[in-house]
Amino acid sequence: MKAALDLPVCCDEAPPAGSPRDCAVLKVNHLSLTFPGEREGLRAVEDLTFELREQEFVCVLGPSGSGKSTLVRVLAGLLRPTSGSVHFAPLRGEGRPPRVGVVFQQANLMPWRTVVENITLPLELQGVPLEAARQQAAEMVELIGLQGFEDTWPRDLSGGMAQRVALARALVQDPDLLLLDEPFGALDALTRERMGGELLRLWQARQKTVLMVTHSISEALLLSDRVLVLTARPGRLALDLTVNLPRPRDEEMRYTAPFGELARRLRAAIV
Amino acid sequence: MKPAALEPLTLNAVRLLRRHGHWLLLVSLLAALAAWQILVTLAKLPAFILPSPVQVAARFWAALTDGSLLRHTFYTLSEVIAGLLAGSLLATLLGYGLARSHTLERLLSPYLVASQAIPIVAVAPLLVIWFGPGMFSKVLICALIVFFPVLVNTVVGLRAVPDNLRDLMRAMRATRLQTLRHLEIPAALPVFLGGLRIGATLSVIGAVVGEFVGSDRGLGFLINVARGQYDTALVFAAIFTLIVLALALYGLVILLELRLLRYQHAPRPEAPR
Repeated sequence: MKAALDLPVCCDEAPPAGSPRDCAVLKVNHLSLTFPGEREGLRAVEDLTFELREQEFVCVLGPSGSGKSTLVRVLAGLLRPTSGSVHFAPLRGEGRPPRVGVVFQQANLMPWRTVVENITLPLELQGVPLEAARQQAAEMVELIGLQGFEDTWPRDLSGGMAQRVALARALVQDPDLLLLDEPFGALDALTRERMGGELLRLWQARQKTVLMVTHSISEALLLSDRVLVLTARPGRLALDLTVNLPRPRDEEMRYTAPFGELARRLRAAIV
Repeated sequence: MKPAALEPLTLNAVRLLRRHGHWLLLVSLLAALAAWQILVTLAKLPAFILPSPVQVAARFWAALTDGSLLRHTFYTLSEVIAGLLAGSLLATLLGYGLARSHTLERLLSPYLVASQAIPIVAVAPLLVIWFGPGMFSKVLICALIVFFPVLVNTVVGLRAVPDNLRDLMRAMRATRLQTLRHLEIPAALPVFLGGLRIGATLSVIGAVVGEFVGSDRGLGFLINVARGQYDTALVFAAIFTLIVLALALYGLVILLELRLLRYQHAPRPEAPR
């Protein structure tokens, strides 16, 4: 995927310091992707158009086979769309390719690297000197609360800890966009709930634009500013719902009327 | 895969040896020597059929002190190491090519498999005819015998690099070279080292085969000469030296593994009580 940086996006000039700009960081235009196959092939996603604003937390919901993961893989540059386009806004200087941090369902840590070495990997790839990289990684370790595990091998981490390291690895390079593909899907329910709170804290601390794929309606409502609902194969945009619940949110919110109303609308949109 | 199946066995042996090693090893060695001595004494075997351990030790000492054993050992060891290095280097490079390109694999694999169907013992005379009785033909034989297991393990190791880690590297915009360095090499290393371990012992066999066919130096040559003179004790002395050589090389690769694959062998942290 070539991110076209030359195309006009709503704000090209830097925003006033410290204030989020109310404009698109990412524009997805009529994105379709068909996997080649028998006859017409497998249409994974079709005609998706949406924008992500800076520091916005957006969840993508949809039944299995609605192309949620395909969407993430296109945005991560792992798949090329069949038609349509993805544009990143020029951020922090022209010409720099957009940085995208990805967390998958599996932590995908390198087993031959310790916790800290896993977190420094994206920095090393960008040519950051090792000393500086280690320092930034140490800060991330503190942020995810894994002090004391810096030199632990991944095989000795629990699922939740490994996933937190994967989050730290995605965040350490200060990405323009954080993509989360069912990051807590492989965790047990309790760990999953705790990780949701953890993620909110990280998001607030780091002010990132986040696109997260999930199966859970309540997870989507507790975390996000907006929820995109995709239809079953091929994935089309069924609903773009703004979540106007007040922040900070907690588990108690599940039992309030506005939450129930939003959950009902989401449930109805997922066919 | 053979080397992978070997792994737990060898490492268990290493662990066992570490724990009570010296005792177990000593007891079993002494028992074997005693049995040997008893057999020779009871069966009244002549020394040219089966020398007693004492006679072998005496002959070993004589060959060691007159310098001939060390000279031949050094010669063979040079062949073994040069062949091991050359063979595994070529196998690694070609293995990387084969793992990356299916076209190359389809082009070359018939020859590679066929080359394995020919016993090295049958090719060795040819190589000695072509390249002379000097060290070069032996190094070539060692390299040939080492080549295949290292090649196969390189290809298997590289092919087994998990796709999700490849995706991760691509999402982080890693270059080809970075992917090789940070993903492919470390991921393929365990299987590759398994191949190297097999290659190390095979290389010793290659050198002896080469020296049998045509050489005027080396432990294989020494065995040949001693056999001609019915100096069976010297044959035994040379064989034991070869065993020590092969074990030392094997141990060296294991040390390399313990060092490079620390993440697999490091003791796990104690479970919290």
